[in-house]
Formats: sequence, structure tokens, C-alpha cells
Amino acid sequence: MKKFFWVTLVIGLGIGLIGVYERLTTEHLQANYGSIIPWGLWVALYIYFVGLSAGAFLISSLVYVFQIKKFEPLGKLSVFVALVTLFMALIFIWFDLGHMERAWRVLLTPNFHSMMAWMVWLYTIYFLVLICEAYFLLRSDFLKMGGMWKIFSLGFGSQSSEGIARDRKYVRILGSIGVPLAIMFHGGVGALFGVVSARPYWHSGLYPIIFLISALASGGALITFIFIFIQKDKEKYSELIQSLGQLVLYFLAVDILFNISEILVGLYGAIPHHIEPFLTVMKGPFWWVFWVVQLCVGMMIPVLLLSYPKTKKNISFVFTAVLCVLVGFIGVRLNIVIPALASEEIKGLVEAYRSARFSTYYFPSLMEWLVSVFIISLGIFVFTLGLKFLPLQTKERI
Amino acid sequence: MAEDKDVHNGESLENVFSESIVSRKEFLKLTGLVSLGSLVASFSNVFSKQVEALELNSQKKHRWGMVIDLVRCVNCKACTVSCRSEHKLPPGVVYNPVVEEELGEFPNVRRRWFPKPCFQCEQPPCVPVCPVTATYKRKEDGIVVIDPHKCIGCRYCITACPYGARSFDFGEEYIADKGNDYNHIPSPEWGGVQGVREHGKAPIGTVRKCDFCLHLQDEEGNYTDLPACAKTCMGKAIHFGDFLDPESEVSKLLARRNTIRLKEELGTQPNVYYAL
Ligand code: SF4
Ligand code: SF4
Repeated sequence: MKKFFWVTLVIGLGIGLIGVYERLTTEHLQANYGSIIPWGLWVALYIYFVGLSAGAFLISSLVYVFQIKKFEPLGKLSVFVALVTLFMALIFIWFDLGHMERAWRVLLTPNFHSMMAWMVWLYTIYFLVLICEAYFLLRSDFLKMGGMWKIFSLGFGSQSSEGIARDRKYVRILGSIGVPLAIMFHGGVGALFGVVSARPYWHSGLYPIIFLISALASGGALITFIFIFIQKDKEKYSELIQSLGQLVLYFLAVDILFNISEILVGLYGAIPHHIEPFLTVMKGPFWWVFWVVQLCVGMMIPVLLLSYPKTKKNISFVFTAVLCVLVGFIGVRLNIVIPALASEEIKGLVEAYRSARFSTYYFPSLMEWLVSVFIISLGIFVFTLGLKFLPLQTKERI
Repeated sequence: MAEDKDVHNGESLENVFSESIVSRKEFLKLTGLVSLGSLVASFSNVFSKQVEALELNSQKKHRWGMVIDLVRCVNCKACTVSCRSEHKLPPGVVYNPVVEEELGEFPNVRRRWFPKPCFQCEQPPCVPVCPVTATYKRKEDGIVVIDPHKCIGCRYCITACPYGARSFDFGEEYIADKGNDYNHIPSPEWGGVQGVREHGKAPIGTVRKCDFCLHLQDEEGNYTDLPACAKTCMGKAIHFGDFLDPESEVSKLLARRNTIRLKEELGTQPNVYYAL
């Protein structure tokens, strides 16, 4: 099992590198997005991972800010997951830029009328807060581990119980700052789409809220998934896993409610051009992403598994349910980004200029898939290393 | 690992927390401050945008625009072609396509068509979304431009334009043979400062659109020649001029003819009118 995992990871990194090479040498030439659908797979995966990060962070705040003791074993893990997923998300969006070397411009010459500038600033601050939080959380452990690890404590901190308590206090302050930050920056990602009034499919005040709720659902699912996956003594934590499953269920239920509202309001609007993206989602060439991936796998199966009394207490069913949520939400993210763009702004534009870049059909190219495989494998790799070497699961070694 | 045990033990955990100086009150204070601050910032930001828009209007020397006479347009697409050769546009980038649609059923059919440049909107939704102010509306004459040296290629502006006027330069080439000079002819945009067209160099990897042939303006901001499309138009359908000058051809046409603008209901106020 372990061997299989590593082999897959190495293969993923290997073939992914081909895509990265292609992307860096031929820029965007081999990508399949164009000028009608300017955003594709990478942007969808970016909001997917950024959502996982915000969700995981908010779960960690249950421990460090709201002090729910039951979730204590998840604390450090969630902070680390939030860091790694944010890192993955940022690489995705970085590869999506036309000029990667100009990314600094958003930080140094921002235009705060743009939601994108807000978003970049907020996630930079959030990133720093996360790093500080991880530092204070782990530095006493680093000291304890001794040797080379002491370097990571940067020469500060102590192992005494006062020292740990002090660190806890810092973590709590940072967490308190981080909570509104995570809400704002992920709400901001939603607003990035929501403010584009040229796309009625996005232009809704519900968007930032939907983004938040879906972040909590998918982030919660990821934490549950990882926790079950790495836990050797699952039975010991079976109660915790159950309540995690219920947490995911609640978030998912609210998310479904918002989505139904969004879709129904959209569909009942009588302006055909505004309804078009909704119909593309349901009846377009990728109807199955909505009906199968998003609805069945992402919502129905997990809701059933997590609410049926027999299955919700069973760890393997909870595991299946959260895995379904994780897969289904990729569909959710794809269906946010692409259908809104897959219609002509002016009727006849696609025929007026014949080019593959002017098409309302989009399927990611091989290069886009390979780059995605690379970034995801890299993320999993970094995460596994962290899990192996960082003191994330202090509890286990008692 | 003795201490680990301590932390794990419920009671001592409580101790750790009760020792913690940050209380619920302080949590509320912290989060409240952060949220309030950003709320104030975002609201004042939105309002300042409107003030800016008003200021912009008073500074204008010209308001360049077009009146496109649809009665005279014969759908020859010479404007599209001349624009491509003027700006040395690569495949996949188009500034002024002629949009067509077929109406009716045989035998009562006809095609309807109109050239569609960027409208240089008075209230351009593409401008505020740019995270780095690479695309902006010129104070002096209202032309909406994209600075190829600043654009990071995020393509947010493409999603925000309600008229599909923007394209991303993917760096495509007409001629497969890389050494062919034609692939590298510099575009005259921005006074040709970008130089030879090469990979990794703007305008490749940036968003591009019609800029009313800005490179044909002299230092005073007057046109030395008509924009390529208006100049080439064989039916004399594309009229170009200054809407602030009441004596200009476009102002007169606007007064005399029945005109429409596309998606008028959005309030973007395009500077391109179609005369019916
Ligand atoms: S037509 Fe589109 S690109 Fe041109 S100014 Fe208006 S919104 Fe911007
Ligand atoms: S693609 Fe360029 S011009 Fe358009 S919003 Fe992004 S940085 Fe601005």
C-alpha cells in the first residue's frame, strides 16, 4: 500500500513535469482556453484548493479560537493542511497568468477597485498569519525533538508549560485574526466572480456566501479524509470522526440549500440569455459533471451516507462519504467557472472570427491536465513529508 | 513525552486555556476590528470610484468615437483585415470582427451584420477589475487602453467586458517556420515600443483589444490619419471623429441620423453608435 502510494506519486510528479516543461517553454500555446472562455481547469482547481484551505483553517479555529476540546487532535493537522492547499492553489493561479514574472505587480501596484487585488492582498496576509500560527504551534515541539529541528524554532520558545501556554495564547490571537481573514479572503474569491455583472450567472450576492459554505464543507471533508486515512487506531477516535462527519453533513446541507436557491432563481428568470449558462450546466456537453459528479457523487451520496443512522456511525462509510464530497466539489468548481463563460457576449461572435480560441466549447488540453497532475502530486508530496517529519500528531506518540 | 500526556489530558488542557489571556471578549474585539476596518475600506473604495469617474469627465479634451452607418456597410470585412495588418495581429486575436446573423426562413431570408470594435465605453466595466491598473481609460480622450508592460495576463477583463471586445494573445504564429520574419514583425501599438514579437515578451501573454489606432495620434492628441478600419472602409460606413467637437462629422451624423448603441440598457455608454 505504502509502496503503491509512493510509486503513484513519483509517476505523477514525473509525467506532470512534462506538462510543466511544455507550459514554461511554449507558454499558453498548448492550452485549450481561449478568448471566449478565458479561464479553464486551472482557475477551477485554484478555487477548489483555496476553498479547501479556508475550510481547513476554519476547522482549526474550532480548536484554537473556539476551544472545542473534542477537535484538539485535528488542530495542528488542519493548520498544516490549510498551508499546503493554499500553496497548491497559488501555484495553480500562478501558472494561469500570462506573465508569471509580473505577479509582484499585484502586491506593489494594486488597484483596489479590483476584487482580484483585494483577494491577492488578503491571501498574502492570510498566508503570513498561517505561517506564524504554524510556527508558534510547533516551536515547542521542535525544541523537544532537538538536533537539527531546533533551527525551526528560530532560537525562541521554550518547552516549559508556561512557554507552551504562552505559545497557545499567540496561536489564539493569530487564529482570531485569521478567522475574519479567511472569511474575507474566501468571500473575496466568491466576490471576484460575483462582481462581474457582465456574467449574470456569477452576478449574485449569494456567491461569496456560497463560496464560504462550500469551503467549510469541502475543507471539513478533506480534514476528515486525511484524519481517517492516516489514523492507525481509528476506533479510538471513532466518536471524533462521527462528529466530523456530521459537521460536513451540516455544511453540505446549507450549501445544497444555497445552490438550489441560486439555480432556481436563475432558471425562473425569464431572460433567455441569463438562463443560458444554467442550461449549459444541465443540458450542455458536460451535463454529467452536474448530474453525476456534482449532484450524485458530491451531494446525494454523502448526504445519504452521513444521515442514515447505520452508515453515519461506520468509519468506512464516513470515509466514503467525505471522499465523495472531495470528488464532487471538483465538479462544483468547474461548473462555477466555465459555463458562465461558455456563451457569446454578442450573438454571432464565434462565427465572425473563426479560430479555436473563439469557441464556446472547452475541454482542458493534455498540457493543462499534466500541469494539474504535477501540482496536485507536489502538494501531496509536501504534505506527506510534513506528516512524516513535522510534529503534527503529537498525540499519537504517547 | 511526559508533557504530551499532560496536554492531552483533559484537565490540564483546561488549565492551559484558562491561563490564556485572550478571552472571548478579546476575540470579538480582534475579529471585530479587522472586519470593521475592511468594511470601511471597501465601502469608501466603491464610492471613491464614482467620484473619480466624475472628475475624469471634466478633464477630457476629446471624446473619440465612431458612427457606423449600417446602410452603407456591405459586409466586405475590409475593416477586419486592414485592422489585422495595421496591428500585425497574430491568429486568435481580433480587434474588429464583423458579426453576422441570418434572419428569417427561405425564401424570405437575409443576413444582418455589423463591425464590432471595442466601444471605448464611457463607463467601462473592464477597467475597474484589472488588479494592476494595466487597463485604464485615458483622461484626455476617453480611449480605453491596455498597457502591455503592466498586464499580468490574468484575463479578468475578458470576463468583465459585456461586448466580447478583448482577446488574449496566446503567441500563435501564421507561419509554422519559426525563422520566418513575418512572425516577428513588431506591432505599431504604443509607438512600437514593444519591438520585435518574441515569445515570453509582451504583447504575447497579455490581453489585447482595439485602441482606436492610438499610434496614429500626434503629440497633441489629434489624429494624423484615420484609424485603419475607417480609412479602408470601401462603403464609407465607418465614420470616426470627436464627439466633443460639435462640428465633427460624427457629431453631425448623431444629430441627423437615427442611431443605437449595443446593450444600451447596461449604461456602459459605448462611444460607437450604429446608424440605422
Ligand atoms: S467594449 Fe468592452 S473592452 Fe471596450 S471599453 Fe467597453 S467594456 Fe471595455
Ligand atoms: S489581463 Fe491584463 S489588462 Fe486584463 S485585467 Fe488582467 S492584468 Fe488587467
